[in-house]
Amino acid sequence: MKKLIVNRYRCGYCGACVAVCKFNANELVETYLEIYEDKCTLCQACVRTCPMNALEVVE
Amino acid sequence: MTDYDVVVVGAGPAGSIAAKTAAEKGLDVLLIEKRQEIGVPVRCAEGVSREGLEKFVNPDSKWIASEIENAEIISPSNHKVVLSAENAGNEVGYVLERKIFDRHLARLASKAGADVLTKTSAVSFKRENGTVKLGIRSMGEFSEITAKIVIGADGVESRVAKWAGIDTTLKLNEIESCVQYLMTNIDFDDDTTYFWVGRKYAPGGYIWLFPKGKDAANVGIGVMPSLAEKSAKWYLDRFIEEHFPDGEIVEVVVGGVPVKGAIDTAVADNVMLAGDAARHTDPITGGGIINAMSAGHHAAIAAYEAIEANDYSKEFLRKYDEKWKLDFGESLVRNKKLQEKMMRLDDPTLDRLAESLEGMPIEEMSVRRLAFELFKKHPRLLWDLREFIV
Ligand SMILES: Cc1cc2nc3c(=O)[nH]c(=O)nc-3n(C[C@H](O)[C@H](O)[C@H](O)COP(=O)(O)OP(=O)(O)OC[C@H]3O[C@@H](n4cnc5c(N)ncnc54)[C@H](O)[C@@H]3O)c2cc1C
Ligand code: SF4
Ligand code: SF4
Repeated sequence: MKKLIVNRYRCGYCGACVAVCKFNANELVETYLEIYEDKCTLCQACVRTCPMNALEVVE
Repeated sequence: MTDYDVVVVGAGPAGSIAAKTAAEKGLDVLLIEKRQEIGVPVRCAEGVSREGLEKFVNPDSKWIASEIENAEIISPSNHKVVLSAENAGNEVGYVLERKIFDRHLARLASKAGADVLTKTSAVSFKRENGTVKLGIRSMGEFSEITAKIVIGADGVESRVAKWAGIDTTLKLNEIESCVQYLMTNIDFDDDTTYFWVGRKYAPGGYIWLFPKGKDAANVGIGVMPSLAEKSAKWYLDRFIEEHFPDGEIVEVVVGGVPVKGAIDTAVADNVMLAGDAARHTDPITGGGIINAMSAGHHAAIAAYEAIEANDYSKEFLRKYDEKWKLDFGESLVRNKKLQEKMMRLDDPTLDRLAESLEGMPIEEMSVRRLAFELFKKHPRLLWDLREFIV
């Protein structure tokens, strides 16, 4: 199954990915990005927006 | 009885000015910030206009890192156009130290009488009996507080907007994806800000250098995800390799800047959005600090009036929409259109424009003069931009 993962060692906790998610599938909890798999459609808007290339869809 | 008249979510410039203004008006105010330290991590290049800043606070050397006189715009083939700070727009004048500045504003709010809580997130939202029940998680403990009005000043990632039913989700051509390094060991004039423009450098955005004192500078990039093929970091690293190979990076800043232009409304029943949450950032420059402070101020005044009138409805709060639209809403609309046109200019056109203006004396280089020169050299382009140059 495909899913979206965040590389926490690369993430700069900026919230840009949250701003482009139509599905409320992610949240920046202080300096920790949560991804809610049940809501994520894998549309990849966040992947394209991330300044640090910290998001990736994997099998 | 509610716990508070106003709860402000987010202690950035919008939230702190909103809380300060509302408290000064005598309201019971709570300001909450999810991070444990206000102002950290920084998500900003820290440039502001003198005039804009001085409307709200007296400048203090504790949080002013540099004073800027000139802005230099550099085209892809290295033609340089120099403007004086006053003629260059909103974001040159001072370079701030936002870690200190943001805390200073929060302290002003607290001095004015607002309660302030850090490491405290707004996590849920319910309307009940004409007021709002806001779920907050403070140092791991969940509780609910009631408020007549919630001001969502929760920045680019705003959840208050979504809870309140105001759709502010940004499309891939409505956000700048940004990375910035604080760099030492590089050469620059410490009274000048630099902007590298063109797709070669930053598709859909630009690269900036803002001095922070004599021996360090913010060097950053914004790219538009709809146009960029790689991450913002990739483009910035390539630029730095070419331009500042010996530079040292002493801090990394990451961020998203909304460049959506004006939204229709920043209000819903019991709720007002201010600053980045309401997408109040300038679509061309990406500057948002001054607009955020102005919006926070207007929202607090509207909250005071609503509470006086005992009416927290969307219809009443539209007063706030009117205020921010009158203040800077027009410029958001105009600059969004202009940004869309500028986005279409290719690098050779930018080079020709810059070449034709290169070397012009700074004091003569005003926006009007720029328009005049453009007209002489590129009549077709001017026709395209005519509505912006009046
Ligand atoms: C790389 C970069 C460079 C920039 N350069 C400039 C510049 O040179 N000049 C300029 O004027 N502007 C610049 N900006 C834009 C500027 O930083 C913003 O416009 C400004 O900070 C907006 O202020 P704000 O108060 O609306 O939001 P913010 O400053 O983002 O503050 C929002 C606050 O809300 C908090 N928050 C979010 N959700 C919650 C929650 N659920 N509960 C509690 N707290 C919450 C956040 O932690 C944050 O502290 C730049 C932005 C970036 C990313
Ligand atoms: S992939 Fe799409 S739905 Fe999933 S978190 Fe990213 S933006 Fe949201
Ligand atoms: S956009 Fe990237 S760097 Fe920013 S919070 Fe999301 S994953 Fe982290």
